[in-house]
Amino acid sequence: MHLSETVNTGFYSLAPWLVFAPVIGLLINAVFGRQFSERMVGTVASLASGAAFVVSVLLAYSVSANHGLAVSVPFAEWIHIGNLKLDWTFRVDSLSTTMMLVVSGVGTLIHIYAIGYMHEDVRFKQQEGRFARFFIFLNLFIAAMMILVSGDSYLMLFVGWEGVGLCSFLLIGFWFEMDTLARPSWANSDAAKKAFITNRVGDFGFLIAGFLMFWYLGSFQFDEVFAAAPAIAESAPWVIVAITLFMLIGVAGKSAQIPLYIWLPDAMAGPTPVSALIHAATMVTAGVYLVTRSAPIYTLVPQAQYVVAMVGAGTALFAATIAVGQYDIKKVLAYSTISQLGFMVAAVGMGAYAAGMFHLITHAFFKALLFLSAGSVILGLERGHHAHAHHAYHDEKPKARGKKKEERDHDSHAHEGHEEVFDPGDMRNMGGIRKTMPVTFWLYMIGTLALAGIFPFAGFWSKDEILLDAKLHYPSVYWQLSIAAFFTAFYMGRQIWMVFFGTARTDAAKHAEESPKVMTVPLMALAVLSVVGGALNLPFKGFHQLGHWLEYTLGEIEALPLDLGVAGISTILALLAILISWLLYGRNPLKSGQIDPLKKPLGFVFTGMENKWFVDEGYGVLIITPFKKISQFVADVIDWRFWHDFVHDTVIAGTYNWVSSIALDHYADQRGIDAFANWLGTATQWVSDNVRKVQNGFVRSYALSVLLGVVLILGYLILK
Amino acid sequence: MVPVDYYIALSAILFIIGALGVLVRRNPLIVFMSIELMLNAANLAFVAFASVYETFSGQIFVFFVIAVAAAEVAVGLALIVEIFKSRKNINVDDLNSLKG
Repeated sequence: MHLSETVNTGFYSLAPWLVFAPVIGLLINAVFGRQFSERMVGTVASLASGAAFVVSVLLAYSVSANHGLAVSVPFAEWIHIGNLKLDWTFRVDSLSTTMMLVVSGVGTLIHIYAIGYMHEDVRFKQQEGRFARFFIFLNLFIAAMMILVSGDSYLMLFVGWEGVGLCSFLLIGFWFEMDTLARPSWANSDAAKKAFITNRVGDFGFLIAGFLMFWYLGSFQFDEVFAAAPAIAESAPWVIVAITLFMLIGVAGKSAQIPLYIWLPDAMAGPTPVSALIHAATMVTAGVYLVTRSAPIYTLVPQAQYVVAMVGAGTALFAATIAVGQYDIKKVLAYSTISQLGFMVAAVGMGAYAAGMFHLITHAFFKALLFLSAGSVILGLERGHHAHAHHAYHDEKPKARGKKKEERDHDSHAHEGHEEVFDPGDMRNMGGIRKTMPVTFWLYMIGTLALAGIFPFAGFWSKDEILLDAKLHYPSVYWQLSIAAFFTAFYMGRQIWMVFFGTARTDAAKHAEESPKVMTVPLMALAVLSVVGGALNLPFKGFHQLGHWLEYTLGEIEALPLDLGVAGISTILALLAILISWLLYGRNPLKSGQIDPLKKPLGFVFTGMENKWFVDEGYGVLIITPFKKISQFVADVIDWRFWHDFVHDTVIAGTYNWVSSIALDHYADQRGIDAFANWLGTATQWVSDNVRKVQNGFVRSYALSVLLGVVLILGYLILK
Repeated sequence: MVPVDYYIALSAILFIIGALGVLVRRNPLIVFMSIELMLNAANLAFVAFASVYETFSGQIFVFFVIAVAAAEVAVGLALIVEIFKSRKNINVDDLNSLKG
């Protein structure tokens, strides 16, 4: 046996450590987190995530060294019922290791960033005890995500799917007792609930798909399902169509596609590292991964693929238009994320799995970079705000922090009449930050150029690959995505001009301070990846590395050469969009209090964009209000009046009362049991009245009875 | 030798006299004497049978009976004295406070 072979096969067995490493990290922090310093907590969590990354690298190396050998690493027996034999098995192949690398790699960088971010965030919010909790949740998320991407069956994938949903819920509601501006309110927990409930709708679809799969294909295990699918597709194609479309509902929930995307913008209530890790780079791409993983099924039903592609393209365009009208720096990025997820879903829907995964990877880099830089901007403004407030009111008011604490103790009513709360995330409060936060500015610029798809940044290559695939196969998708790409460049340009250029519109922006190194260094790593990430899959002959890599798992993938027409059009569109955004926002920077310059020319269209096309309100009217009405009806009429008042009170209690008072009380008890007991008493009395006369107190009468008794007994004994 | 039947007949006559005495007389002293009469009727029967069967056990019983009778008389007389002290009267029919 060759040594190299031993080593290569040896790494596969490390797969369970993908999950163990973060779990160990979170257990350490859960037990000792209160004793540890913040630095220690952060180090433990980052090391745990980093260990998962190292394992991912080793696994990827093993796969690569064995020419794409996919290995299922059995770990434990799980469900053995009847014919169903489902084990907890890790699947290591080129697709799953790709996801592992993205999740743990970007995840580790975000862990490190979060050490700096949360250090300040917990202090601004007066909750220093929650520092460890944050990292416990983050590690839990990494563990759940690893289960999701490394599962060998749809059921194991679903466990991870739910696990990341739980972590998403926990982290969106991390500051559960306040809103995003730290005022006492349930806004953040409402956002968490919204995310959770919307995902329940998606999970319902996923579950139905799973049930169908089990009923008709007889398994959850990937290979068995894929092996059984073609025969079913011949005999009963509707089954495969139903499975894929129900799965699409799950994808729409998790990956924020129309019609279930509404939770993602609200999810920005979570701390910014969470927005970057869960709601941009990793968790929301789970749907894209699911479709890619299920490629052998989707390929069987072109109709379903078409639906997936249209949903993705529609989402990409729709969300991009909303992003144009947003003022919150993170909300813009949130809608941008939805839009980019639309690109990916459209890509995998078209069967361009390599392009979709490529965009997933590059998007993870540059969107994480953008979110984290936005977090840096927000904290910078917060620092500026506090430093300024501290400076200005130093004499009268003891400390900004002390004041804040005092405010929290009041109930929300007392608070509302208070001074206006400063929103550090509102782009209208920014301006000119490039001078005060130069590092963040450059990082943000790199992320923006990558997202806008400017040559040679990562986004350019991945987006163009999707566009090219769309142009060749689905022209309508191509046009939608091109317009979406135009809007992407426009809203990013708008954001850059509003945030970083012009002059400071508030004192906080004027006094904004640069973030510490622990935050900026991970960002630099992400920035480098955003620049060179395109090299993963260059569209030149012999350069489709990612495509070849994924071919190990997905079968043959079309390697498209660079199409200068597509690349040229998209680049021109992006540059045009940036130019327009400069004309509107860059040439005449926004003054404080000025309304958006788009408002006048676009009118009600912009009002629609500003208000997210009133989708939430529409859902309110179409679903939530009727649902509440129905609940009210069910609670009031069915439950209370019918069930409680009529069935329970009238029928059951009434019958019971009648039976007990008439039948039991009157007849059985009074006439039966009571009468017998009374008769017994009377009889006893009568008997004793008569018997007592025997006791006359005369000794001789007793003696006579003794004598008689003796005579009787003796007589009996003698005569018997 | 006198046949044993005579002893038994005498014993029975003595017992009947004693029993009637207990039942019909009202003076407790007489009642006591009647009881003694019944005890001694039993004693007579014991010794009569003892001599017939030529065992000692009957004679030993008689000793016990005499001892118990003596004790009983002692207690009984003490009671009568106490009753007389409290009621100035020892008529048995008046001592009926235990009636139901």
